[in-house]
Amino acid sequence: MIALEKRPAPSRAWSMATPFLAVLLTMIAGGIMFAILGKDPFAAIRTIFYDPLFNAQFASYSRPQLLVKAGPLILIAIGLSLGFRAGIWNIGAEGQYIIGAICGAATGLAFYPMESWIILPLMIIAGALGGLLWAMVPALLKTLFNTNEILVSLLMVYIAEQLLAAMALGALRSPDGGGFPGSRNLQQYPSAHNAELIAGTGLHLGVIAALIAVIMAYILLSRHMLGFHIQLAGSAPKAARFAGAKPGLLVVTCMGISGGLAGLAGLFEVAGPAGQISIDFNSGYGFTAIIVAFLGRLNPIGILLAGLLMALTYIGGELAQFTLGLPAASIQAFQGMLLFFLLGVDMLTNFRLRWKTKGAV
Amino acid sequence: MDLSAINWLTLLASLMVAATPILLAGIGELVVEKSGVLNLGVEGMMITGAICGFAAAYNTQSAFVGFAAAAAGGAALSMIFGLMTQVLMSNQVATGLALTLFGLGFSALLGQSYIGIKGIEVSAVPLGPLADIPVLGPVLFQHDAVVYVAIALVASVWAFLKFTRAGLTLRAVGENHDAAHALGYKVVLIRLAAIGFGGACAGLGGAYLSLVRVPQWTEGMTAGAGWIALALVVFASWRPWRVLIGAYLFGGITVLQLNLQAAGAKIPVEYLSMSPYVITIIVLVVMSSGRGRAALAAPAALGRVFHKSG
Amino acid sequence: MKLHSILTGAALALGLAASGAMAQDKTKVGFIYVGPVGDFGWSYEHNEGRLAVEEAFGDSVETVFQESVPEGADAERVMTQMALSGADLIFSTSFGYMDPTLNVAAKFPDVKFEHATGFKRADNVSTYSARFYEGRAVIGHIAGKMTETNTVGYIASFPIPEVIRGINSAYIHAKKVNPDVEFKVVWVYTWFDPAKEADAANALIEQGADVIMQHTDSTAPMTIAEEKGIVAFGQASDMKNFGPTAQLTAIIDDWAPYYVSRVKAVMDGTWESTDTWDGIEPGMVAFAEMSDKIPADVRAEAEQMIEDIKSGAYHPFSGPLNKQDGSAWLAEGETADDGTLAGMNFYVEGLEGEIPQ
Repeated sequence: MIALEKRPAPSRAWSMATPFLAVLLTMIAGGIMFAILGKDPFAAIRTIFYDPLFNAQFASYSRPQLLVKAGPLILIAIGLSLGFRAGIWNIGAEGQYIIGAICGAATGLAFYPMESWIILPLMIIAGALGGLLWAMVPALLKTLFNTNEILVSLLMVYIAEQLLAAMALGALRSPDGGGFPGSRNLQQYPSAHNAELIAGTGLHLGVIAALIAVIMAYILLSRHMLGFHIQLAGSAPKAARFAGAKPGLLVVTCMGISGGLAGLAGLFEVAGPAGQISIDFNSGYGFTAIIVAFLGRLNPIGILLAGLLMALTYIGGELAQFTLGLPAASIQAFQGMLLFFLLGVDMLTNFRLRWKTKGAV
Repeated sequence: MDLSAINWLTLLASLMVAATPILLAGIGELVVEKSGVLNLGVEGMMITGAICGFAAAYNTQSAFVGFAAAAAGGAALSMIFGLMTQVLMSNQVATGLALTLFGLGFSALLGQSYIGIKGIEVSAVPLGPLADIPVLGPVLFQHDAVVYVAIALVASVWAFLKFTRAGLTLRAVGENHDAAHALGYKVVLIRLAAIGFGGACAGLGGAYLSLVRVPQWTEGMTAGAGWIALALVVFASWRPWRVLIGAYLFGGITVLQLNLQAAGAKIPVEYLSMSPYVITIIVLVVMSSGRGRAALAAPAALGRVFHKSG
Repeated sequence: MKLHSILTGAALALGLAASGAMAQDKTKVGFIYVGPVGDFGWSYEHNEGRLAVEEAFGDSVETVFQESVPEGADAERVMTQMALSGADLIFSTSFGYMDPTLNVAAKFPDVKFEHATGFKRADNVSTYSARFYEGRAVIGHIAGKMTETNTVGYIASFPIPEVIRGINSAYIHAKKVNPDVEFKVVWVYTWFDPAKEADAANALIEQGADVIMQHTDSTAPMTIAEEKGIVAFGQASDMKNFGPTAQLTAIIDDWAPYYVSRVKAVMDGTWESTDTWDGIEPGMVAFAEMSDKIPADVRAEAEQMIEDIKSGAYHPFSGPLNKQDGSAWLAEGETADDGTLAGMNFYVEGLEGEIPQ
């Protein structure tokens, strides 16, 4: 009989090896699924994992796109990971992302058509503030009334979605749009456009912000008192109190940081790749980022890699859909499998498999 | 605005129907969370139940078989989650989200050949003479069987948790798994059973959508109902009857806002659409700030990983 | 796509040659959809158009598609990748793809683009849309005749010109044959949420509506109408399966003729950037079979109206018409111009309630 035995310390070797093992297992299980669907499993796997990076036809375009897709995921996930470590569950990043985009875009459009270098910085501040304030609702309700933050932050997503539709149809609707929903396109408003910094690389301010966030989070967690409190609050709440952490303040700080970063991600997206506020502006980054945060084991470097891997399955999945005619649903299921395997084999890092003879338990 | 145009009695009847899917999924998730496990995959299990139920009912022309298959499908999917979190000890939040992602994709694949097909009819089960009571009869006693089953399920879960030994054990596992283990309870098995029950209930809720409330199969048809069910459990502060109240409240506001619109209420539509969520938050704040503050506490071991180290 | 199944370098060269040769023979057409092809509504009908293209040209065409593409950055990436894969013509089938389509078109001047329901064009970007309001006029007429409670329930998605135009057109023609008719409009703020649409249908029926019209994509309202024993009109596709007795007729989006003709134009080298707004006449707006429930005289009137709209003898927005606030809009003998129709943001006189802003 197989039994699990906790390792004294997490295994370094396994923590490096498990992601590869997981990807391999996903390829096998996913391949079987694609074969059942009547598609060539090898072609499908290759299109998802190899073509976006190395295919002569697509790679020069899709490699930069990896950064564009991964940027917001990483930025949001970094913020979330701080709260998750402290046991503070903000699962409403999607809403904070939407509000950040609305506030940022509204700030930019308020200046239209004036051109000035100050506009984009103001938008960035507005975006971060918007996300932060939206996150303050669950944070303050939690500290003042002990209201469950999982529920409130989640419900706030639905409210944000309604607000988004109202904005796209009302206050922010483009006057030149012939009555159609959607704001002016910020890509066509140079002062408000979060453009690629170097053409063809996919590097825009949002990607830079994501990289900075990774570094800052790393420093915060390893060197700063707040990072220490966060770690402690998650593992030993009582000890954290003795160490001087104020639980209420910690909730507000963690929610604020994650809300602000999600808001920033929304702003960079609306001012850059997306271009405009529309009814369906949000496309699930806030929820996917939760998965990214855990895939990266709440570790900044891990999140960076997990974000890129997630982006790869999106872009490769798109290629597989139209080059091989795979249904979108099969890609969704494939991503689900990848997550299962990544999470499942992760236990090898902390546990050892042992053969036990019966009766020895 | 012409409020008299709203027939409040039929409104009551239709809110019972509107609330049933989230009620079923919610009461299942309550049991899961009472055992100390947080499964965020409700949406994935619901939609899997929706397609399993629809397909089975269509092929056998039997609603009963449909609901049974939906429960089985939801439970089967929940076992992936159970295996991952209980045996392989993966993080519950992330695994639950992955389950939703997988369930949405998987159900769409299963359902490819059921698009554009009309489902079977599920007839109402008037409760004998009760259905003939004036006013109350049509409102309360002329629904399909599942509406009553859902209410009965709430009652059974309440009785189970409150009065039975097994219910006590389940709660003990959810409060302190180490202590429960020390007392000789099989923590993992108990939790797996709870997860399976939650999956079956979510499956039933999904099938109620695809067989009764809508009734048809379309991709993504749960459209977020699973998340509402999750919110309900917290809203109910882990008490069965409050899940029922919450589900009817939420279903009621949703139906009411559509009725208000149809009656020509001069309230901006976008705010009306937000109202179910805003009101839920407000009620939650009121409940959590009042006397019941202590009673609001979640199961102590909720979401924590259990490993028996002996 | 042989290219994709060959791994080694030598074989890759062979593969390139093979796919190069194929690319010359075959015209490659890409489609991107906002919903799943299984929605049985908007995206489903566009996909039917794609299948018609395959049927019409057989081996000389290759179609690819991608479903459930979010609007914005994702759409831009998908279209770019399609263009990179050698597509000659790309149909982007949702309003929200407008700016992404133009961005991608600017990068690929040799690839042709067709954007549905938008208003921005370029040398290699055409726009196309359907005059669904012509269909709404016909079903409005039928609804006015058929309602016994004088209440028509209308499930609307978002307050955009397309939807408002439909409400106005249906109302004008219902009112014309039934001065007592009243429209109850419910805005559900979604294109696709079966449960919410079902609830909306129920709410309308509870408040006395005995005819349901919808401008949302799921078939849920039709199934509710069937269940409650009232009548309804299908939207986007023939929903008879879901309401065998309830469906009076349905307005069908038939993109097939347009798609086939545009693909043909690319093959012949005659493709030009155009703005198409077609109605019943070329067949872009079609009707499902009319139910036996419609009395013979009403049916004859409806068919006459279809003929008149086809021949151009009748325009659904003909004066005299006033706006909701009573101000004059169209004088006797005047018809609405396309510009006003395209941006319509007001109700006509007689409709109650306000358009959400």
